[in-house]
Amino acid sequence: MRLGLFGRRGPQAVEQYGAPGRGSGTAISAVTIIVILGGWWVVTQLGLIRPLFLPAPEMVISKFARIACTEHYFEQLLVVAGGLAEVQAKCHGFSDHALHEHILWSLYRVFGAFALATVTAVPIGISMGMSRHARGVFDPPIEFYRPIPPLAYLPLTIIWFGIGESGKLFLIYLACFAPIAINARAGVRSVSIEQIHAAYSMGASHRQVLRQVVLKAALPEILTGMRVAIAFGWTTLVAAEMVAAKAGIGVMVLNAARFLATDIVFLGIIVIGAVAFVFDLIMRRVERALVPWKGRM
Amino acid sequence: MTAVVSLNRVTVEFPAVDGEGVVRALDDVSLDFRDNEFVVALGASGCGKTTLLNVIAGFLQPTSGEVLHRDEPIRGPGSDRGVVFQKHALLPWLNVLENTEFGLKLQGVAKDERLSRARDYLALVGLSDFERYPVYQLSGGMQQRVGLARALTCDPDMLLMDEPLGALDAFTRENMQELVLDAWSKTRKVVFFITHSVEEALFMATRLIVMSPRPGRITHTYDIGFCRRFLETGNARAVKSSPEFIALREEILSIIYGEETGDVLP
Repeated sequence: MRLGLFGRRGPQAVEQYGAPGRGSGTAISAVTIIVILGGWWVVTQLGLIRPLFLPAPEMVISKFARIACTEHYFEQLLVVAGGLAEVQAKCHGFSDHALHEHILWSLYRVFGAFALATVTAVPIGISMGMSRHARGVFDPPIEFYRPIPPLAYLPLTIIWFGIGESGKLFLIYLACFAPIAINARAGVRSVSIEQIHAAYSMGASHRQVLRQVVLKAALPEILTGMRVAIAFGWTTLVAAEMVAAKAGIGVMVLNAARFLATDIVFLGIIVIGAVAFVFDLIMRRVERALVPWKGRM
Repeated sequence: MTAVVSLNRVTVEFPAVDGEGVVRALDDVSLDFRDNEFVVALGASGCGKTTLLNVIAGFLQPTSGEVLHRDEPIRGPGSDRGVVFQKHALLPWLNVLENTEFGLKLQGVAKDERLSRARDYLALVGLSDFERYPVYQLSGGMQQRVGLARALTCDPDMLLMDEPLGALDAFTRENMQELVLDAWSKTRKVVFFITHSVEEALFMATRLIVMSPRPGRITHTYDIGFCRRFLETGNARAVKSSPEFIALREEILSIIYGEETGDVLP
């Protein structure tokens, strides 16, 4: 038994003859990552590509230290601990904000919109699954806007909401809404007719069936929808922050590109990827904790 | 003696799949269920067994005729008629004990009473040691025992069992037959039990009804007592290998196969 990075593995079953893709790919993935990082380092060390196009890994790391103000905060820690009289190192940041401020602004936007989308899309999706009237009302608008890339209606959100925070939240909200609603609706279908009949024949009311059977049975798919939604929201973030945002990871990347600060662009992209990865990991954990029966019954 | 549930000239019709005409799933069926009876319905697929069960459970309204529960018309499902399904009916987010007390919880029974009644019936089906287990970790036979305990915990007048042993392997199935009979003799419910297996039907029934498709109707009724003999002796093998049992089994098999060839030949 092994604890994989991408999820817990069960006891290894006997490998079946002809099973597609059998065996573990983890070791090969590790090699791939080493080759990519090593290749990046070698190519930049040999000066084969100009730093404008491909900055060296150590440049990105030093930019991280500078923008995250590691020295500044380390000294602050020392002052608190009593090892230093006063903080000397300055906090430079980028675009007037340290790295963690950019990240927090982005997290605020993504999670704010995500939370709004969850509290509205789950009831709407469930009602679409439960009633043909709700399905008839909500299906056309959701199916119409869902395939449109957020960048296409970004100008509209500026016209409607201006360049403040609400427009950004609205853009991310729309990106999160559709997957949650659609999955909640599909989740209603995953309740078996036997479960519903069993509840009614034990004296359940319609309301009890909805709350204690349908909602619970739909929970695995609601969580899947939330997982997809948070990924969508994070993807839409950069588009949302293109509109006159002062701080945020997307802003940081866009401003850096304007100054051809490729190393900061790299840093921003890595941070965006890392945060998205952590989101996904957390959502998987939440799924395992809340719906351990998923795929087993 | 008044019947617990009685069906009076019940007919159920569905629209046909091709959209033209109707399919008669039950044709003019009259049937009484009396106290402490174990009625088994036997028949090929499409003979209306499940339709009959759904009508009694209240999941389906008959096209004509009346269905009465203690002289009151049945208008929908209710906790006076418990149902055990073949599968997919347990709630995987609840453990064994929570599944068993679920019905009482829906009815607003206080927690202490809920738990003590649920534990009684879990003991009856031999699952006392598993009350904290998630149901998805149980074997098929154990899941069906939870289903049985859950239905009994609501203390219904009548237990409706829709091929409850149909998805089990042969060994588990025979054990479960004995367990169901044992539970029946202790709880004294009226049972309506559906099966495909002639042997199971004969072994378990106090009254066996043989049904036939197109249109679904009752063609034969047998009053038998093999289950009582088992409950007295505790020896299922002896009952199932007795000459009377085998003779009746062959008779019923010939009815069922006779019908099938009758269907094929014009």
